Amino acid sequence: MNMLKITDLYAKVEGKDILKGINLTVNQGEIHAIMGPNGSGKSTLANVLVGNTNFEVTHGTVTFNGKDLLAMSADVRAKEGLFLSFQYPVEIPGVSMVNFLKTAVNEHRKYRNQPPLSAGDFLKLMREKKAMVHLDSQLTNRSVNEGFSGGEKKKNEIFQMAMLEPTLAILDETDSGLDIDALRIVSNGVNLLKTPNNATILITHYQRLLDYIVPDFVHVLYEGRIVKSAGKELALELEEKGYDWIKKELGE
Amino acid sequence: MEDQNKLLHEVTGRDYRFGFVTDIETDTIVKGLNEQVVRIISAKKDEPEWMLEFRLKSYRRWLTMKMPDWAQLKIPEINYQDIIFYAAPKEQAKYESLNEVDPELLRTFEKLGIPLEEQKMLSGVAVDAVIDSVSVKTTFKETLAERGIIFCSFSEAVKHHPDLIQQYLGMAVPYNDNYFAALNSAVFSDGSFVYIPKGTRCPMELSTYFRINAQNTGQFERTLIIADDDSYVSYLEGCTAPMRDENQLHAAVVEIIALDRAEVKYSTVQNWYPGDKNGKGGIFNFVTKRGICKGISSKILWNQVETGSAITWKYPSCILIGDNSIAEFNSVALTNNYQQADTGTKMIHIGKNTKSSIVSKGISAGHSSNSYRGLVRVAPKAENSRNYSQCDSLLLGDTCGAHTFPYIEVANSSSVIEHEATTSKIGEDQIFYCNQRGISTEDAIGMIVNGYAREVINKLPMEFAVEAQKLLQISLEGSVG
Ligand SMILES: Nc1ncnc2c1ncn2[C@@H]1O[C@H](COP(=O)(O)OP(=O)(O)OP(=O)(O)O)[C@@H](O)[C@H]1O
Ligand SMILES: [Mg+2]
Repeated sequence: MNMLKITDLYAKVEGKDILKGINLTVNQGEIHAIMGPNGSGKSTLANVLVGNTNFEVTHGTVTFNGKDLLAMSADVRAKEGLFLSFQYPVEIPGVSMVNFLKTAVNEHRKYRNQPPLSAGDFLKLMREKKAMVHLDSQLTNRSVNEGFSGGEKKKNEIFQMAMLEPTLAILDETDSGLDIDALRIVSNGVNLLKTPNNATILITHYQRLLDYIVPDFVHVLYEGRIVKSAGKELALELEEKGYDWIKKELGE
Repeated sequence: MEDQNKLLHEVTGRDYRFGFVTDIETDTIVKGLNEQVVRIISAKKDEPEWMLEFRLKSYRRWLTMKMPDWAQLKIPEINYQDIIFYAAPKEQAKYESLNEVDPELLRTFEKLGIPLEEQKMLSGVAVDAVIDSVSVKTTFKETLAERGIIFCSFSEAVKHHPDLIQQYLGMAVPYNDNYFAALNSAVFSDGSFVYIPKGTRCPMELSTYFRINAQNTGQFERTLIIADDDSYVSYLEGCTAPMRDENQLHAAVVEIIALDRAEVKYSTVQNWYPGDKNGKGGIFNFVTKRGICKGISSKILWNQVETGSAITWKYPSCILIGDNSIAEFNSVALTNNYQQADTGTKMIHIGKNTKSSIVSKGISAGHSSNSYRGLVRVAPKAENSRNYSQCDSLLLGDTCGAHTFPYIEVANSSSVIEHEATTSKIGEDQIFYCNQRGISTEDAIGMIVNGYAREVINKLPMEFAVEAQKLLQISLEGSVG
């Protein structure tokens, strides 16, 4: 069974068609990279998959581990194992990171009929996962993302991913905003979280991330469609030549 | 958001938890208000002449007064001839042990979650429960008495401590202070009385639960707290009422007197029936609460979490007379559906080096209206006084209203007044971020609202803070922005 199977997916936002017939299959153990020019619909695809209701699906189907993904509410999708590292993580003043994550982790556990973690076990888990992405200890004492630097926000996303251990993680431009060392650390974290049973979709503009996290497939999303798919060498080619040659191939 | 709204409705679609009616025999008098009724109330309570005189003076004054109309509230006409001004559980208040109490009444307490029996011992809270204006049972009286602390119903205090009552009644809230205070002074039926002797730290939280049960009755309780020199007490008030289609009037008066270096912390979790989703029914909560920091370096703190009532008109205030005295007002007021709240405080600085702080957190949802109204006045002689005010409004959705009316009057140049105000909205993107981490919309809103109100909730005694948090969450039923 495919982990994720997207078939002929159309979606619009504010009355405008953005996704125009996406087909994509992701299996256990795979890493897919999605690249493509600004505004082509990459973040839209990620948002549609995780159930952001600002985006309206007008056609197509998505199954996740055999279940109808589009029929689930966003929080259920998350608890089914879908995770999005946001391109622009939002700040939630007044809600502490610890409280936020404890709620999230325990909601996941409840969904799997597991008892909530004890305070001690939770803190231990948090310490362990923070170390994985070298997250500044002080950050978890603050409100969710409040006053975090751009890079800290991205690190915090991967830290949350480590805490929740999703089966499918979508990382939307997690590399942007990270300095050179942080990029290495965060990539290393993502690789550590990789198992034969989970999968990752990386949305990125640059090869540098793919030097660390090596994809099995690279797709080009252009004007709401996946117009080219190949192995990891495609990313290098894009880095070198840009997108014009693809547009030409498409006859534009 | 549609789906989430629906989900939220399903998950939180519970009704007001305390909306039951208890079938207890009540002793009521005829509807309506006149001098005779005032006399009957006084006679039923077997009051001394001076108490009756106070009532009559108040009643006559009330007749000449008009209902205040300056608040940001739409208050329907109230027909005072249609209200029963005295209702009491028939079995009268004097119980030696809980076994003698009407079992129905005990069941009521159980439903209310009032730990009247052994649990009380564990929680260490002394409770005075006032049902339909009559104090039914005060626990822990003996333990407190050993330290000379008086915690009893107001009626008992009139009988057994007339000197204290005569000395302090009306000191903070004079009988003619305002329309509702005058009404209360005329017809109040019971309430709580607290006296903490010099140098005594009250060893436990004192708590009163108010419950309106009988139909068509108004509740007019009266609370008086006196903290003598160098004493400390923390007092909590909670309240609930049955769900009824008609509005019911609650006009209470609370007075606090803090003498030299005394400290009184008064916390309220107000959960009167707010009316249904369409604004039908609910309690009119028109309350006058005022404390006097009478002694030097005395301190009064008002903490309130207000989620109930159809209409709230309430301004717990402090008059800082003693030099170096301190006052705080910390408030969370939540309105949903068609609730209206006009609440805030007055800080009147009279003594030197007096300090006050105001933290007001309004939360509005549905079609509700939520106003903060505050006055900070610094008298000419109140040199080096300080006030800090922070008034925040949080909106859920765009059909509700939030207003802030700060009034500042400073009559000397050595005092410093600071005022900050913010308005924010719970964003869909914040809720979605929580959803994406597996947190339901309901829990996300609860978490964000509690985060916003935390500063105030943290000031409440522990067990009530937990209750207040739950209350905030369930009160926001069906109100995603
Ligand atoms: N909420 C919205 N309202 C209106 N238009 C939107 C909204 N979200 C996205 N769009 C539009 O949809 C298109 C696709 O946006 P999307 O964010 O998916 O692009 P992207 O491929 O992620 O681009 P980038 O590489 O710049 O991140 C853009 O034209 C964008 O302006
Ligand atoms: Mg994007």
